[in-house]
Amino acid sequence: MVEANTTVADLRTQFGNELTESSFRDNHRVHVPPEKALDVLTWLKEQRGFDMLVDITAVDYLEYPDATDRFHVIYLLLNMTTKERLIVKVPVNLPDAALPSVVPLWKGADWMEREVYDMFGIDFIGHPDLRRILMPEEFTTFPLRKDYPLKGFGERHNFPVLTRAES
Amino acid sequence: MAVGMPENVFLTRLDAAANWARSNSLWPMPFATACCGIELMATASSRHDIARFGAEVMRFSPRQCDLLIVAGRVVMKMLPVLQRIWQQMPEPKWCISMGACACTGGVFDTYAVVQGVDRFIPVDMYVPGCPPRPEQLIAAVIDMQEKIKRTGTLTGKEFETRTTHMGPQPFDVDELRRMREMVPVEGLTIYDPPKLN
Ligand code: SF4
Repeated sequence: MVEANTTVADLRTQFGNELTESSFRDNHRVHVPPEKALDVLTWLKEQRGFDMLVDITAVDYLEYPDATDRFHVIYLLLNMTTKERLIVKVPVNLPDAALPSVVPLWKGADWMEREVYDMFGIDFIGHPDLRRILMPEEFTTFPLRKDYPLKGFGERHNFPVLTRAES
Repeated sequence: MAVGMPENVFLTRLDAAANWARSNSLWPMPFATACCGIELMATASSRHDIARFGAEVMRFSPRQCDLLIVAGRVVMKMLPVLQRIWQQMPEPKWCISMGACACTGGVFDTYAVVQGVDRFIPVDMYVPGCPPRPEQLIAAVIDMQEKIKRTGTLTGKEFETRTTHMGPQPFDVDELRRMREMVPVEGLTIYDPPKLN
């Protein structure tokens, strides 16, 4: 769609040129530095009518060729009136991977941010109830990080054994 | 017969009578967590009809069951639940581990899936297959009946001898090797925060 491009152009006049754009087929993506993320998302919702947050997810770029940042947090936005879609990518890095929470903007962000926190360990500052959502409470690591081994550190077998005589 | 027996009276051992009754009315606890559960339902439905073997009374309360059928993969969040259910079942009780996932973890060799429920609960019968055909499950039930008839006792004292679990050790060598992989990749530039203006 053409409109996404005008949105991006407006974003850049509004927030400066470090917002870079890329697109693949009809996916339009803007890269936003983390300190501007909340302002940009607020502006998109309030001025551009992106009233639906389709998803929040993240990608770990560890050992990815030419990657400059450890994580990207990705917001998929949809304008329900014009059917316009926009992808906002925000780079995040360790040691303190954190972003402002967007729950005040979109209520649906609540569980999505909890999932990203659970899987990648990215902190969402201002989230009302940031707990693990999929993994058990006592889990200590973040399984979708690339430096977490596929088969885990042995958490899956850290249970008491019941023998037949005693149960 | 030398001593006259009244009609409709027969002699047997108490154990054998108990085994006969128990093995022909197994009440399964369907612990169906994945696709194998569908096949378990097929086994119970009319075409295969597990009622022919007296095991049709699926109870969804462990307190009323004596045969735990673990059908499907068990993840680490579900394992405490499975153990609790096993402990809630009254004696005497048996366990069938149905399908590749319940027996060994199957293709799901990941951080969250338990690699075989026999590591943590006692299992009497394993059913291979992904998923096993209903016939295989029925064969397992028949084998289970035979095992009960062969080894069962009225007081269940054959269970007391099973003091070690028969599955693989919870921490095998592979697992320990993986635990050493915890060290993050060193000297990887991507760990340094980039300069954002
Ligand atoms: S053994 Fe196959 S059918 Fe059964 S739970 Fe595993 S994947 Fe599903």
